[in-house]
Amino acid sequence: MSRSVLKLTAVNVAKDLRLEWRSRDVFNSMLFFAVLVVVIFSFSFEPTSEESRRIAGGLFWVAFLFSAVVALNQSWARELRNGVLDAYRVSPSPAESLFFGKCLGNFIFVAALECLMVPLFVIFYNLTSAGPVWQLLIVLLLGTWALVVIGTFFAAMSIRTRNRELMLPLLLLPLSIPAVVNMVKATSNVLTADSSAVPQIKFLAVYCLVFTTVCFVLFETVLNAE
Amino acid sequence: MRRSKAALLLLRRPVQNHTEVTLSTQALPVQVQNISKIYGRTAAVRNVSLELEPRRFYVLRGENGAGKSTLMRIIAGLSEPTHGSVQIFGRNSREALARIGYMAHAPLVYDELSGIENLKFFAQLYGIVSEQPLFEALTRVGLDPALTRRVGQYSQGMRQRLSLARAFFHSPPLLLLDEPFSNVDPESAGHIAQLLAEMRSSGTTILLITHQLGLLSNIADEFLFLSAGQLVSRSPAPQVPA
Repeated sequence: MSRSVLKLTAVNVAKDLRLEWRSRDVFNSMLFFAVLVVVIFSFSFEPTSEESRRIAGGLFWVAFLFSAVVALNQSWARELRNGVLDAYRVSPSPAESLFFGKCLGNFIFVAALECLMVPLFVIFYNLTSAGPVWQLLIVLLLGTWALVVIGTFFAAMSIRTRNRELMLPLLLLPLSIPAVVNMVKATSNVLTADSSAVPQIKFLAVYCLVFTTVCFVLFETVLNAE
Repeated sequence: MRRSKAALLLLRRPVQNHTEVTLSTQALPVQVQNISKIYGRTAAVRNVSLELEPRRFYVLRGENGAGKSTLMRIIAGLSEPTHGSVQIFGRNSREALARIGYMAHAPLVYDELSGIENLKFFAQLYGIVSEQPLFEALTRVGLDPALTRRVGQYSQGMRQRLSLARAFFHSPPLLLLDEPFSNVDPESAGHIAQLLAEMRSSGTTILLITHQLGLLSNIADEFLFLSAGQLVSRSPAPQVPA
């Protein structure tokens, strides 16, 4: 990746962070949704600590998957407002920098949400990790990147469709299933220490690599599609 | 016409890279050859061929839905023609983006940023580091560069002027403006028209869509008339009644 792409990626990330800091559109919607999931499920059933470890992985990633969908839709909607995306398209700036800028921006938003939500999960579900916590951190990083990279790509693809709020989950969820299954398994494995989470972590690493490359290569076509 | 043929002949000659740059600056700002844009069963633009000479001010006219904005988007590289080709300074639109300034119906700026913050962001996309051209652009359109108010709180006229500043802050030799006078009060519209006349004098080629011809009667060089997606006439500005 050239230096100018990296520099412009940083410019795009800085712009997205500034816009979010001023509007808080993305973060507020994500936070509201994630808190709702945690609280409703914690009231719906009262699991023991052992049961919590088994189901927490599923709950955790479902909350973040749907919160990420909200964030992804909002982050592209802001580019459509006032037609700003056209201003980007008529500039000589490479499409890749916009893509990586959006991915990194969304990654920061979802990661910030996770930092807030993990303690809530621990409190509401009385969670303790029986396995190594550093593996949990790797699963969080890889899982979040996997969701964000394909989500950003598909959100860009659905941006000009009439039902883009509906279109994004329709495109994203089927393709993210292999990643989500492995995120859930890896999280449960680390929390329960029943078996190793390393195979799932390896799968997630390969998934991230493959989809980052594919999305990177195809993004310009998607951006300029009519 | 003779000039465009000469430019084409020069472009066809096998040349080395450093010469190509010189040639592309000699090529016409816009060469549109037989372009059509078809959406489903509707042809928004039909077989339009057009050449724009440097340092001239063109006004694109036509009734609503005639295909003016579609044609402008194709020239700006925002839309691919279904048939035909577009060359900007001898290159395809995507390769000549740095040399185009484009203003659309929508303001193309972020509501959450101030005017100068918007321009600073877009300047970085063009590789412009200095803030001087940004301050100048804002001042020329009559906006205060020190204004910290966010664009979301601007009036429609202020947004329109900021949008114009965003289109020309990088001093492009080709300026494409889609209804720059809409939502602008008569005094500001006159000011913008004067600004455009100055730009044309300093070497910029301008293609502008407007229904307010009175503002441009003494400024524009040529009127192009588009009807049902076809370019039906070209005439020197004074010959077409406003």
